[in-house]
Amino acid sequence: MTTATAPETSIVMQDINKWYGAYHALRNVNLNVRRGERIVICGPSGSGKSTLIRTINQLEPIQEGKIVVDGIELTAGGHNVDEVRRDVGMVFQQFNLFPHLTILQNCMLAPLKVRKIPKAEAEATARKFLTRVRIPEQADKYPAQLSGGQQQRVAIARALCMQPRIMLFDEPTSALDPEMVKEVLDTMVDLAKEGMTMLCVTHEMGFARAVADRVIFMDQGQIIEEGSPEAFFGNPQNERTRAFLKQIH
Amino acid sequence: MIRPFGFNDIILIAEAIRWTLALSAIAFAGGAVGGLLIALARTSDTRWLRTASMLFIRLFQGTPLLMQLFLVFFGMNIFGLPINPWLAASLALTLHASAFLGEIWRGCIEAVPLGQREAATALGLHYYDRMTSVILPQAARISVAPTVGFLVQLIKGTSLASIIGFTELTRTGQIVNNATFSPFQVFGTVAVFYFILCWPLSLTARRMEIRFSRATTR
Repeated sequence: MTTATAPETSIVMQDINKWYGAYHALRNVNLNVRRGERIVICGPSGSGKSTLIRTINQLEPIQEGKIVVDGIELTAGGHNVDEVRRDVGMVFQQFNLFPHLTILQNCMLAPLKVRKIPKAEAEATARKFLTRVRIPEQADKYPAQLSGGQQQRVAIARALCMQPRIMLFDEPTSALDPEMVKEVLDTMVDLAKEGMTMLCVTHEMGFARAVADRVIFMDQGQIIEEGSPEAFFGNPQNERTRAFLKQIH
Repeated sequence: MIRPFGFNDIILIAEAIRWTLALSAIAFAGGAVGGLLIALARTSDTRWLRTASMLFIRLFQGTPLLMQLFLVFFGMNIFGLPINPWLAASLALTLHASAFLGEIWRGCIEAVPLGQREAATALGLHYYDRMTSVILPQAARISVAPTVGFLVQLIKGTSLASIIGFTELTRTGQIVNNATFSPFQVFGTVAVFYFILCWPLSLTARRMEIRFSRATTR
């Protein structure tokens, strides 16, 4: 369900350039994301797609350009990044759950330490989101006791406990066994239906067709092509996009 | 006057174990605080902290413990402090332990996967919470075995404090030997006491290492 309000801007990225030493990882990237918009980013490995979404919460600093998230401009070294990180949830390819904490503690840590909400409230929120990702019964287990798909759903719940307005997914199903991909994608589809702003790096083209408002193709640090899933898959304009789509189909 | 080495001498040496233990405890406690600071400095994002802590570690790893004891002992005199074997030995061994534990714990902090730090950062956790709630608890588990291993080295290292006149196990052995002139029996006894102190610790360290490697390969 998309919101009926006028297209409100959630993320603005302007002329982003990033280098790793001499390697030019992002080249003049421009991207505007509306509130509630679901964007899927794909491209060959090393194309900069993960780097791009990691610049949004400053896990990767940029050298040039401007990023505005929910009206907050990310300036190098400023305190704005704290506000942005509170508003932006992230899910990683390797889940990155905290192995020494239970599932419930994983979900409660950031709300307690960062939002400083009371423990009872944090626990109630955590249980609510664990129910939503359909694993409330695992709350007192440790991450290593769960399957990969369950761990990734916990990671989604953990991010949601911070009540983010934007969710970033960095290849969330790439480390999963095939039979577990669906349960994670289903969770993400649920989230998309609730109107969450989502940026998702993935090669799951079925997911892109089902929920994406826009598909973006990146290669060599640049956005090569973007469009609605119908246009992107049905009639790709760029030669490199066509070559890529042929490979993954 | 030379008297024969007897049961009373063994008791005398045994009683000195407490000074070896006391010195080890002080050095280990001080070294734990110093080592944590060094390890955090070594893994910090601030370049000068990394460099300074690295130089500190290199300095103490690259010189013999005996020289470190001498330099602190005689250095304190130069700076006008009274000659005090307790203070000198405690300070030198604390610095020594700080450097070695700092290097051991740096490795343990770096052994925690980078994704843990990224996940904590993405959740908005700041350095203090990230360290205390996410990184250090995981690093601590890895560090138990090598830390106990270093404690064994430290206990044996306290024997060098005898040279600056600190009366612990080894120095007591020297004193008893001066009276009995039975060096083999005397230092044999001293060695047995060190072994009784260190061997259980070595066993514990090995057992923990095995348990940890099992836990990580699971």
